[in-house]
Amino acid sequence: MKILTGNDLGTGDVIWWAGDGWSRHVGESVDVGQKGEELARSEEAALRVVGAYVIDATVTDEGVRPAHIKDRIRAFGPTVRPDLTLKPNDADAGNWVI
Amino acid sequence: MYRYDSYDQSIVDARVEEFRDQVQRRLSGQLTEDQFKPLRLMNGLYLQLHAYMLRVAIPYGTLSGRQMRKLGEIARKYDKGYGHFTTRTNLQYNWIKLADAPDILAELATVEMHAIQTSGNCIRNISSDQYAGVAADEVTDPRPWAELLRQWSTFHPEFTYLPRKFKICVIAAEEDRAAMRLHDIGLKLVSRDGKIGAEVYAGGGMGRTPMVAPLINDFVPEDEIVSYLEACLRVYNRYGRRDNKYKARIKILVHELGVEEYKRQVEEEYAHMRILGLNPPTEELDRIRPFFAGPAYESGLSDEIDRTDPAFALWADRQVAAHRQPGYAIVNISLKPRGGIPGDASAEQIELAADLAERYSFDELRVTHAQNLVLPHVKKADLYAIWQKLDEAGLAEANLDLITDIIACPGLDYCSLANARSIPLAQKLSERFGTAERQADLGELKIKISGCINACGHHHAGHIGVLGVDRKGVENFQLSLGGSGAEDASLGQITGPGFSEDGVVDAIEKVTDIYLTQREEGERFLDTYRRIGMKPFKEAIYG
Repeated sequence: MKILTGNDLGTGDVIWWAGDGWSRHVGESVDVGQKGEELARSEEAALRVVGAYVIDATVTDEGVRPAHIKDRIRAFGPTVRPDLTLKPNDADAGNWVI
Repeated sequence: MYRYDSYDQSIVDARVEEFRDQVQRRLSGQLTEDQFKPLRLMNGLYLQLHAYMLRVAIPYGTLSGRQMRKLGEIARKYDKGYGHFTTRTNLQYNWIKLADAPDILAELATVEMHAIQTSGNCIRNISSDQYAGVAADEVTDPRPWAELLRQWSTFHPEFTYLPRKFKICVIAAEEDRAAMRLHDIGLKLVSRDGKIGAEVYAGGGMGRTPMVAPLINDFVPEDEIVSYLEACLRVYNRYGRRDNKYKARIKILVHELGVEEYKRQVEEEYAHMRILGLNPPTEELDRIRPFFAGPAYESGLSDEIDRTDPAFALWADRQVAAHRQPGYAIVNISLKPRGGIPGDASAEQIELAADLAERYSFDELRVTHAQNLVLPHVKKADLYAIWQKLDEAGLAEANLDLITDIIACPGLDYCSLANARSIPLAQKLSERFGTAERQADLGELKIKISGCINACGHHHAGHIGVLGVDRKGVENFQLSLGGSGAEDASLGQITGPGFSEDGVVDAIEKVTDIYLTQREEGERFLDTYRRIGMKPFKEAIYG
């Protein structure tokens, strides 16, 4: 599947296109098919996202999982600071991201 | 320490308000990201993996307790309670909101700090020796020149859009603690016939094409240094490769022209500039110099250190360096706790360092390119009290220049350019080699890790260097041996095929095993490598 990600213009937070808006949780991403680029342009123009881009992802038992390690780290936070991930204080964060 | 005059303060304040307006225009849609990006970068604001990242300049790595405390306060108020000290002796905040950036810059300006020229194709923060002003082996304190160059390079209209970024380092000691020859221009102040001047090295750097800077002039008189640099920059600005960012650094120009031809062109330009009389007035250097006069040391202090506490003695033996003033010492504070993140410091640790500087070190701190801190003027009688406070705060690791004093860039955990994670590897190595006995046995051994070819982790200059690469979406690590950023500067040589993260830890252990069996009396790892060459290490690693 193709999913759309970028950063919130104001906060810089990593965000994911959830169909009717943006979410901080990659698990809420939806398949944007061939419309990702067009969506990215319109959402950037609407000042809701910066640096939006389309990536490959798969649906796993743990939910939507970006294909590339860089985007998996973006999705959950630095692997070396489990206290800062979206699953706070998850000691295994570094493992399940990678 | 240097204090801003009204000009310094007014240009920094004006820049804050200018950027505040630019941020407002970006948030309201008057500026596109394409228009805004170069403006935010000029103010040190990047968009990284997880958020905006702000890089704060710490000129020549020197700062006061008040400035350090402000850095801790900002970490707590605007970030997630910590900061990262970099190999450029700057501080990076990883979790900044765009709307907060102008307020942060305004707060920095209240303590004479900023983020100007910490990014972009301009002259970056001037770096220097962390022992400047206190080292016994220096001919003069290099910081007045570093400050003069800071003023010269700040908003220099001709050098705001260079072909590529430009890094300058100034040292004045025989021992190079600042990787001077791995800068675009390195200056080593020397004394000749009782006069101060500079050896000028041009065209060094790391990145994808590492080079050790060659000497292009062995003595530029002190009152001509700025003009000579201006000539060096002019030739680069005119002929540097703007068509290809990977070939745009001055090192490529010097290499392609050849040292002699580059030097000839600089001399030609310099002869022209001499006529123009662009050297700054000597009065300016005379105005700056007293700011760096040594503090009011007490005389008659004892050089004795009470070593009855063995843990303290271990720390003191490793972290305390000789000061040129009797009764005083230089304290190195390690930001490399066992299993920790190199260069990271919590707001509380930053504030403790500020407290210690104010109470024990004449209100002065230094940041090192190896991502550690220094208290430059400490009474030996205060060392035990300082160690106790550092120990309580998790800052009493005794590993200066040892195998766990690892330089590591933020890597793929934070950086959008990175291909692999540097920090987890540093942590694994720190755990593997972290016992005091093992580190001491291995002696001086500098591991440097970069998460991509840009080499922010200085891997080319590591006795053992590691470069993280992306191999079909999987992290892979290339090992190199024999680099040095010191006065015996050299570039590491790649051992062979790369490794997984665990694989490179094992490979490094094999490398250290060879060193331990092959070393001769008094040899550091680097000495042994240089004597016996790559072959035995390679055989041990790859069988």
